[in-house]
Order: sequence, then structure tokens, then C-alpha cells
Amino acid sequence: MSPAKAQTPAVEGWFRSDPDGPRLLGTRCSACGSYFFPKETFACRNPACGAADLEEVPLSRRGRLWSFTNNCYPPPAPYVTTDPFEPYAIAAVELEAEKMVVLGQVVPGVGIDRLEAGMQMELVVDTLYEDDEREYVVWKWRPVAD
Amino acid sequence: MANEVAILGAGMHPWGKWGRNFVEYGVKAARDALQDAGLEWSQVQFIAGGETVRNGYPGFVAGASVAQALGWSGAQVASTYGACASGSQAINTARAHILAGLCDVALVVGADAAPKGFFAPTGGDRQDDPDWLRFRLLGATNPVYFGLYARRRMEIYGATELDFARVKVKNSRHGCTNPYARYKKAFSIEDVLQSAMVSDPLRLLQICATSDGGAALVLSSMEFARKRTSRPVTIAAVSTVTPRYPNTVIEMPNFATDSAAGAGVPDTLFKDSIAKTAYEQAGLGPEDLDLAEVYDLSSALELDWYENIGLCKPGEAERLLNDGDTTIGGRIPVNTSGGLGCFGEAVPAQAIAQVCELIWQLRGEAGERQVEGAKVGLTANQGLFGHGSSVIVKR
Repeated sequence: MSPAKAQTPAVEGWFRSDPDGPRLLGTRCSACGSYFFPKETFACRNPACGAADLEEVPLSRRGRLWSFTNNCYPPPAPYVTTDPFEPYAIAAVELEAEKMVVLGQVVPGVGIDRLEAGMQMELVVDTLYEDDEREYVVWKWRPVAD
Repeated sequence: MANEVAILGAGMHPWGKWGRNFVEYGVKAARDALQDAGLEWSQVQFIAGGETVRNGYPGFVAGASVAQALGWSGAQVASTYGACASGSQAINTARAHILAGLCDVALVVGADAAPKGFFAPTGGDRQDDPDWLRFRLLGATNPVYFGLYARRRMEIYGATELDFARVKVKNSRHGCTNPYARYKKAFSIEDVLQSAMVSDPLRLLQICATSDGGAALVLSSMEFARKRTSRPVTIAAVSTVTPRYPNTVIEMPNFATDSAAGAGVPDTLFKDSIAKTAYEQAGLGPEDLDLAEVYDLSSALELDWYENIGLCKPGEAERLLNDGDTTIGGRIPVNTSGGLGCFGEAVPAQAIAQVCELIWQLRGEAGERQVEGAKVGLTANQGLFGHGSSVIVKR
């Protein structure tokens, strides 16, 4: 068995692993309560607000499936594709508290035949791609029942 | 009306994969439009070009490239980019110059030479570009977003793969005699449903291809037009609206929607606001339309547009389609040109090509595609990152 590769986030500062599971990192406007993902750090984008006081917050771990699809063909670069290419599902998940929909790949092995709008999904961190030294990880969604 | 401009000429280069430089397609379309208008290039005071990002030069200066190829004339120039809405941005720039009294005659042109396969983002290591990151982190191609919308229709309205296939079949019948269309085959339901799955539920024949092509218009002031023709086609409205906050429907190329936690959702969602703004400008409504050209990036997306432009209530688009209302000969034909399903997309030319089709229809020059007695038409389209696009023409 080869030694485990170092895990590296495929993007810096968009998610983190908490003791109770991984969380996406967004920002929240202290004045009006709007959330932003990816993080807005300059000023609130609510035109009725515009406050500059945005705090980094973890987003809800769970949400409901708004819609889903899959990718049957390898996407172009900069996506790092596997050979042979494994199709994957993509989920749009509605977070109740944040009142927003967030996209993510669905974990390998869960095809669209196992998805249905309205079902509960939760966030995980999983491999996006690997090179010789590192395993690059990203957030993904998976059905809660799994 | 005070805010109208005339369209004196329209021209196109056929869509396809021709392997030439995009400027050639633009010049061919521009020359055809000038000939159609009975004007010389030297009479054009202002040229507005829809930019292409290809040819290895982001923001390629399309207006000047075409002006140079037509022969430098000293005309004023503008080049505009709004992704799929680049063409209507160019139309609106020319229109605004005419309405402001800054020129009488303007040429609008858009042309593209597209790569094969999926549209890909600009190259390099672009960690702050959401369009680059959505490919990198999600592998979310354009058809992935179209697939999300299509599946949503199935989940909330009970739309079926057969409904989506019927859109493609309808448009292929409309476009198969269009000399400018790339795909001139009348496809059957079986052809569509047997084509390869790309992003479930959308198959290859339901997703718009990438094409080469060029389209051009000659616009003028109403005063200039009246000296040449008694009944010009006019532009009654151009809508280029952005969304209102919070935009709660996921938009390409974003990772997430706006949050509605800190602000109420607007009365009119973005895609509904695009045509609504055009109707308000023109003082018209959906009941006044004789035909429409909408952006069928996927066959399922055409059904969304029926509702977005007010042809029916949410959830009723499948019935409108299946009753034949949107077929030529029906109550409100949609995509008489054959739409993107027959053309594929030549990005900066496409919104202009939509208007070309309406002009030929309103003049009674659309041949086998002709909608009898057409007087008012609308285009609807949307550009990446939040560029609304809708043009109303009337005669």
C-alpha cells in the first residue's frame, strides 16, 4: 500500500472541516443578514444595504435538492479529468437558513437515478483529482440517507 | 413613436463550421445588410460590433476589425461584449446614438468563429474568475446548467423528455428550409431520443452546438428612413436589464444564487424581467406578438422562455407546445428561423440573427417559414453573468 497523499484543498478558503463535518465558508452581512458564497468581502451586495461589515461564517451543512443533472462527457480544461472518464452528477442544493442554492458535484457512486428534488443532501469533502504528490479535495453533496 | 429607430437592412452569413476568420463572416453579413438597405458603406456614420472572445485575443475589437475589412472610412466605432447578449448590446449602442441625434445611419455587426465541442473558459490559472473556477472545481459545463433547468421543469411541472424532444422536432421543421441555418434536417422524435445523453435529461440533439456565423443590421433615424421607404420595420424596444437583488435562480457561471435572507425576493424574477422591460418600453404586451425568437440553448429552455416572455403562465408551456400554438401556423409561432437548434451559437452574432429573422418575417420575405400577416415580433436572450437581452420590432 502506498502512503496516503497529502490532502490539499483545490481552492483556498472556500470550505473547512469542523468536528461535526465539513462546512462551506461564506460571508454574512452584519447589517441585513444576506449571505454570500463564494465570500463577498468588500461590501454587501444588497442594494438597500451596502454595509461594509461582512463576517466569515460557515454555511448550513444540509439542504434540500433543488435540481440535479450529470456530465456524461469529460469537461474541457481546467477540469482535471480521469482516464477513463467517470460521469458524475451535479446537484443544486437549497440551504434553508441562508435562502440560497449552492452547486456541487455529487459523490462518486451516486447517480441521478438515486436523486429526487426535495431530498435532503449533506456536504462532504472528497477527491477532485490527484497528482503524484497530492490529493486535491473539494466539497461535494451526498444524499443524507447514504 | 419618439423612441423608435428604423431597420433599413438585414444580412447574414450562413451558420456552419467554415474554418475561416470571423471577420469574413461579418463583412459578408454587413455587405448584404447594406445592399438590402440600398446604402453604401461610405454612408455609415457609426459602426457597432459585437465582440468575440476567441481568436486568441480576449475582447477582440470587432467593430474596428470589420470596419478595416470594409475599408477604413473614418466612421465612429463601438465594440461591445455581453457574452450571448453581445449582439443586442451592439444594437442598443447604435440605437442610442441614433436616438441621441449623434448619427443618422449605423451598421451593427456580430460574427464568430467558434471552437469545436464544449465552450471552455479563458485559459491560464484564473483563481478569481468564476467562469474558470466552475470548470475547475465542479466540471460544470454549459449543458450542466441547462440540465439543471430542464430537470427542474420535470420535477415541478411534470415535463417529460418527450416534451423536450418535441421542441427540437418543431424547430428542425421550421429551420430546414432556412438558407442561413447550419442543420437543415427535419429530425424525428426517435432521432432526438436516440441521440447520446450529455447532461441528463438533455441529449446531444437537444443542446445547441457552437457555430461560425455572422449577422448585420443597418439602422437609421426615422427621419432618414421616411425619405426612403413609407413602411420601415422599426425597433420599438431594446431591453438590456440586469437582475434585481436577490437573484434566486442559479445562473451560469455561478456557484450559488444570491441569498434571500436579507432582502425580499423581487416581484419579477430576472428572466421574466427581460421581456417585461421590453414590453413596457414598446407599450405592448405578449398578446400583441405575432412571433418570437427565443434562446433555445437547450430544447427544454425554450419552454421556460414561453413563460418568461408571457405567452402562458408558469407550468403551461408544455401544453402550448403540444397544442401546436408555437408551430408556424399556430397562434404564436416561436423560433421560426429554426432557433439555436438549427443554427448552433455564433455568440456575438446570435442576438442580431434573431432580429434578422423577425425583419424578414415582418416584411413577408421568409418564404416557406412565413408567418402570415406578422406585424410585431420579440427576441429574448440572456448573456453570461447577468446580461438581459430582448428586442421588439414592429411594422
